Amino acid sequence: MRKYLARRAIYAAVTLLGVSLSIFAILRVLPGDPLVAILGVEGHAQMKPADRVRIMADLGLSDPLPIQYVRWLGDIGAGKLGKSFFRGDTVAELIRHRGPISAEIGVLALMVSWLVGLPVGILSAFRPNSLPDGLARALSVLFIAIPGFWLGILVVLALLFWFGYKAPIIIVQLWQSPWQNFQIVAGPAVVLGLAQGAYIARMSRSCLLEVISEDFVRTARAKGVREWLVVMRHALPNALLPVITISGVLLGFVLGGSVAVEQAFGVPGLGRALVTAVIERDIIVVQNLVLFYAVIFVAVNVLVDLSYAWLDPRIRYG
Amino acid sequence: MKQLALELARFSRRNTLSALGGLIGLLIVFAAVAAPVLAPRDPLKADFRRMNKPPDAQSLLGTDQVGRDTLSRVIYGARTSLFVAFSAVILGTTVGSLWGVACGYLRGRFDLVSQRIMEIMQAFPDLILAMAISMAIGTGLPAVIFAIAITRIPFGGRVIRSVALSVREMPYVEAGRASGATALRVMAFHVLPQCIAPYLVLATTHLGVAIVIEAALGFLGVGVPPPTPTWGNMLADSITGLVPPWWLAFYPGLAITVTVLAFNLLGDGIRDTLDPRLSPAFLRMMTGGRRA
Repeated sequence: MRKYLARRAIYAAVTLLGVSLSIFAILRVLPGDPLVAILGVEGHAQMKPADRVRIMADLGLSDPLPIQYVRWLGDIGAGKLGKSFFRGDTVAELIRHRGPISAEIGVLALMVSWLVGLPVGILSAFRPNSLPDGLARALSVLFIAIPGFWLGILVVLALLFWFGYKAPIIIVQLWQSPWQNFQIVAGPAVVLGLAQGAYIARMSRSCLLEVISEDFVRTARAKGVREWLVVMRHALPNALLPVITISGVLLGFVLGGSVAVEQAFGVPGLGRALVTAVIERDIIVVQNLVLFYAVIFVAVNVLVDLSYAWLDPRIRYG
Repeated sequence: MKQLALELARFSRRNTLSALGGLIGLLIVFAAVAAPVLAPRDPLKADFRRMNKPPDAQSLLGTDQVGRDTLSRVIYGARTSLFVAFSAVILGTTVGSLWGVACGYLRGRFDLVSQRIMEIMQAFPDLILAMAISMAIGTGLPAVIFAIAITRIPFGGRVIRSVALSVREMPYVEAGRASGATALRVMAFHVLPQCIAPYLVLATTHLGVAIVIEAALGFLGVGVPPPTPTWGNMLADSITGLVPPWWLAFYPGLAITVTVLAFNLLGDGIRDTLDPRLSPAFLRMMTGGRRA
């Protein structure tokens, strides 16, 4: 197990190194002059050449690219994530301040998706092609198609009409006021969770049906185990593994989707910070935040792999 | 021709829902193509006497903040949306599939390195990667297409690679090799044709995803720039006011949902028909193929 863990960690580290290199390449090499990217073509043209040189040097953008890249990695290693070009905040502050709320949304969304998706999937598989099954499948097909941010806009609109909902302007952290914090994160978490729940329902249904046709389930039925126990005790644990795997992938949807859903709800989370940075062409912030999202995504997938290896004794680590 | 009609009839009988999805998809494509004829008004023309009007007889789906007709903008929005989605999916899936064929057929070091590169590409959440790329290369139509296409490459690569891996072991491929055909020739004439069915399945499955990413980019203000009417841009417009007009928020999103739903249903049917083996394993393979 320890060997497997080490190998998985090394793989992840190599992937992340590649990730950092591609972010760097996308943001520095592709557009040519980063100042044009920051200031726009017009702003760049209005600037004096001397100013351009000074700003480039200030930002550390005039060094050769390999040196810039290595220095970036070194800074990350030292815990310095750079500063916004337009505001005073450092990226580390941004993550500390806005990260928790986005993390809460992500975790809650994942919980919602399991709490909704799994029971629906089980119900579907319990009586395949029955009316509840048909309804559940129709709903999951629908919720997979509905874009989360649109559902978010509609929910906000409804809340606005009926309850006078206002978008949160300031961040209320969980430890400051749990109730107010919950009001901020509940909406985005449910909206994101429902879409993922639809995938989970679909996946758990098809996996359960696959497992139910196996011999050991027939044996369980033959020896007179009650039907719901057959499903819950014998079939479900074997059907859950792929559902866990898909959760890792779904987290990618949640991470990406939360960016748009936070925007829809007006939640000042990390996703909105990223959107603002992209619109303002704040290269340093974008570079570090995108890397941060990728690190989380990779880390979660490592965790999913490990839990998979841990839950499934057939997988030998080595 | 008659053969095709028969096949279609059989497909519709067996997959009523996907046939319906295909029909709706066709209607939306038709609406996109015929937008200048169908749209009652110019989608770009502001009318300051009719700003923020709820749906009425003059503009069936209401008007936006500067008095542009929502119905016309939704119809024109289908153009951008479908054009971006089709181009991006065809570009990304094709590049990914060709890459996958090469990986699966050549194996060895090339495959190993390619797999790592695809893993790196999949280490980004789709939307975030697309945002970063479209920021780097500018926010025009081609930039958005390119950005979405990049995110589709590893999916094509992984699925088609696994197909190529199994096809390469077949006797007829070996016969081709034995008769002295070059690797390129074997890949092009023996392996590639076997990949067409999964390619079609992949492409339809990803159309919906591409449409949603395009809309999300537009909604976040980093997609095809305004005033081009896109569904995402319209949704972005809908939340700028203090009291958002519901019709401006509702109809573009409904258009996205119906389109995605139609293509997803069609994709499910095509998958079941062309490649029944793929169905249960397909999702798992899409999830990164970690459990190979």
